[in-house]
Amino acid sequence: MSQAGITRGILGPLLAIPVLFGALYPLQRRIDRQEQTVQQQKEELLLRSGPLLKKLSLGYEPLLADIYWTRAVQYYGGKRRDQDPNLELLDTLLDVTVTLDPQLVVAYKFGAIFLAEPSPQGAARPDLAVRLVRRGIAANPDEWRFWADLGFTYYWYLQDYTNATDAYLQGSKHPKAPLWMKTMAARIAAEGASREVSRALWSQIFEATQDPIIRRNAAEHLDSLAAQEDIDQLEKFAAKYASRTGHFPRSMGELVAAGLLRSIPLDPAGHAYVLGPEGKAHLDSSSPIKLDILKPRAHPQ
Amino acid sequence: MLPWVVAINTFREAVRDRVLYNLVFFALLMIAAAVMVGQISIGIERLVIVNLGLSSISIFGLVMAIFIGVGLVHKEMEKRTLYSLLSKPIRRWEFLAGKYAGLLLTLLLNTALMTVGLLAAILYVSHKFVRADFGVLVAVYFILLKLALATALALLFSCFSTPMLSTVYTLGIYIAGIFAADIRMLGQMSASRMVGGLMTLAYYLLPNFHNFDMIAAAAHGTRIPYSLVLWNTAYAAAYIAVALLAAAATFSRRNLK
Amino acid sequence: MPGRAIEVEGLTKDYLVGFWRKRPCRALNALTFHVEQGEVFGFLGPNGAGKTTTLKLLMGLIFPTSGTARILDRPIEDVQMHRNIGYLPEQPYFYDYLTGRELLDYFARFFGYGPRERRERVARFLQLVGLGAAGDVQLRKYSKGMLQRIGIAQAILHDPQVVFFDEPMSGLDPVGRREARDIILELKRQGRTIFFSTHILSDAEMLCDRVAVLVGGELQGVGSPEQIVSIQVQGMEVLVELPDGRALPAGWSARATRTGRRYRIEVSERELYAALDELRSREARILSVAQLKPTLEDYFLRLVGRGEASTHAAAEVPEK
Repeated sequence: MSQAGITRGILGPLLAIPVLFGALYPLQRRIDRQEQTVQQQKEELLLRSGPLLKKLSLGYEPLLADIYWTRAVQYYGGKRRDQDPNLELLDTLLDVTVTLDPQLVVAYKFGAIFLAEPSPQGAARPDLAVRLVRRGIAANPDEWRFWADLGFTYYWYLQDYTNATDAYLQGSKHPKAPLWMKTMAARIAAEGASREVSRALWSQIFEATQDPIIRRNAAEHLDSLAAQEDIDQLEKFAAKYASRTGHFPRSMGELVAAGLLRSIPLDPAGHAYVLGPEGKAHLDSSSPIKLDILKPRAHPQ
Repeated sequence: MLPWVVAINTFREAVRDRVLYNLVFFALLMIAAAVMVGQISIGIERLVIVNLGLSSISIFGLVMAIFIGVGLVHKEMEKRTLYSLLSKPIRRWEFLAGKYAGLLLTLLLNTALMTVGLLAAILYVSHKFVRADFGVLVAVYFILLKLALATALALLFSCFSTPMLSTVYTLGIYIAGIFAADIRMLGQMSASRMVGGLMTLAYYLLPNFHNFDMIAAAAHGTRIPYSLVLWNTAYAAAYIAVALLAAAATFSRRNLK
Repeated sequence: MPGRAIEVEGLTKDYLVGFWRKRPCRALNALTFHVEQGEVFGFLGPNGAGKTTTLKLLMGLIFPTSGTARILDRPIEDVQMHRNIGYLPEQPYFYDYLTGRELLDYFARFFGYGPRERRERVARFLQLVGLGAAGDVQLRKYSKGMLQRIGIAQAILHDPQVVFFDEPMSGLDPVGRREARDIILELKRQGRTIFFSTHILSDAEMLCDRVAVLVGGELQGVGSPEQIVSIQVQGMEVLVELPDGRALPAGWSARATRTGRRYRIEVSERELYAALDELRSREARILSVAQLKPTLEDYFLRLVGRGEASTHAAAEVPEK
């Protein structure tokens, strides 16, 4: 065959290849779209058993643990993004993760909060959170912070002040534990739930982790607590105004004019508080702060 | 030092067979991981990089040890290159020692370069080294022990079996070695004393590859005691000696085709 | 005290054949012979006779079922004795990722030469076998002939006392074969012993001081080529070409065979000149006149034919 003949011979297949490759793209998209309708029904983890997976890892557990942790985070993120309140699989994912790597501290911390958080922020299963954190404590006796996480779950989500006190007390016995653990135990024993305790504890959670999801959640709670504090204070001022003038103020401006406020107060998100009828203060409707997250449901769904 | 002559040649063969190209793949993997880990898991970047890096070093090394190991002797017998070699004043065991050392040298170089890459990735995500990073080097040492033992077993099988069967045998023993502790535990849980005894015997006969598993410790910065390093080195050395002696015994009276 | 180069005593090799129930198959039966120092010794036999088996036994690549052998008065198990012997295997195959030079250098390292001497030897022997230009080409690119040459080089680069060649001419073109023959003769001139196996009888006839003939694992005979066959000149063979229109004398057709215009005619020595005159008168072109004597080949074919006839029902090779 001549040189030109050979070139012509290759030219055909050579051109066909990118064309065929190009055709793959729309085909794959079609398949993906169809798969979505089929796959939506089944949401499964093929391997739910942590111990089984551990055996199958052949010595590569730490790597698999990281992979499962990543999956757990993506699962949570995806659910929040899709505004799907069903977080059933979170416990299993975290369970597998810590079975593969019992020292993956961040997984326990994540579970302590997001297994217990009410819907839609979490799985609304504080009992599972307690179980997870107790596993963490058993596997990591040196990690005193887990006692704080346990105590917090009892305190905030289960409103079980006895167990909360116990947890903080247990944790405070650890040589590395800071003083505030003991203080917290005492205060919860004395007062039960209180805003100062809540704010202190949420601050601890915020400081103790670098995980952005946990931090954002803690920040939201702190903002809400601060807002609630502000609102209570504003209502006190409104009552004071009423006792002075005989009627409730109709706007924030009136409070300012009366000298009770220096300026119109802003909530932690920067929106102005609004005065409603009967001297009730509330958040501006455009404010992102939500007060209802301060009322956790204690009973599992 | 005739084994050394053979070893250098074995090393040269591996290099010219472009075996070391796997390093390129590893480098790409580490770069991708170092860059992307920040998006995936904040706060545990170092942990993920160490897990991924050490696991990869282990897997790549094991694949190399087994796939080249099972051909070490078989290939020379099959291709008859052994005919001219054994007509020189070299003893058969010297030839085996040289092949083993050559592959070990290749693995050493490969692992060392990968470790450098891993340390670079750690530096990239953590911006500094901490004392815990020394544990990474210890974990790599344990991986090398594991690879040395796997290579010795592959070499042994290479003396009398085809590469495909040798791969199956070596992998099989490796996996059994990982599960050895469970095997013994199963035996202890069994009602029959004989089964228990058998399983315990198996535990001590099998090469306990699970001993060398230090990836989790390195990742979490747990200190690995020096005595453990010592005992594991001794264990590996003893088992390797067994495998190599068996190989020498098998090979010394083998009729070449 | 000049001992014998090679001594083989009752060397026997059995193989187990068969898949399930293995039966022993005797590849070599009680082989006994010796080779003196400085001899060129040919080891002849058809394919499958056991020549390569013998060589592998001598090299320690396989182990005898019974019997012994000594080389340079050392047992074949003695690996140090390998310093003084060289070996070219049949269909040599070497590490194809090495170049010719690297291969020779690699093997040279087994003999403890210093780097300079190694370099010098490698260059010298590359030149000797005609691979001077191909020294830096990878062996995977070598032709069969080139591989044979490098094989010869690696067998002799350490100046061994005894050299073993398994089919040294295989894969070589006529020029190469002549060069190989020259090398063998030069080695002999240097006082070395050469033991080579071949099934090309003309080489054996030309080069060997003595030969051994092996058929079916049995030694048929050992001696000089002349001793093996009787030197009975049985006449002359004349090859002629007749021009068109011409024919042989009548009566000659009985001892003539024809191919186109060429004829092969057998005449007795006495009748030779008369026959030549006759052919000249017919303007025949005389192509060649040669002695008809039984060659090693005839002896060989007879042996093989006899051997085959005893196992198969094959046609007898006609006696000349």
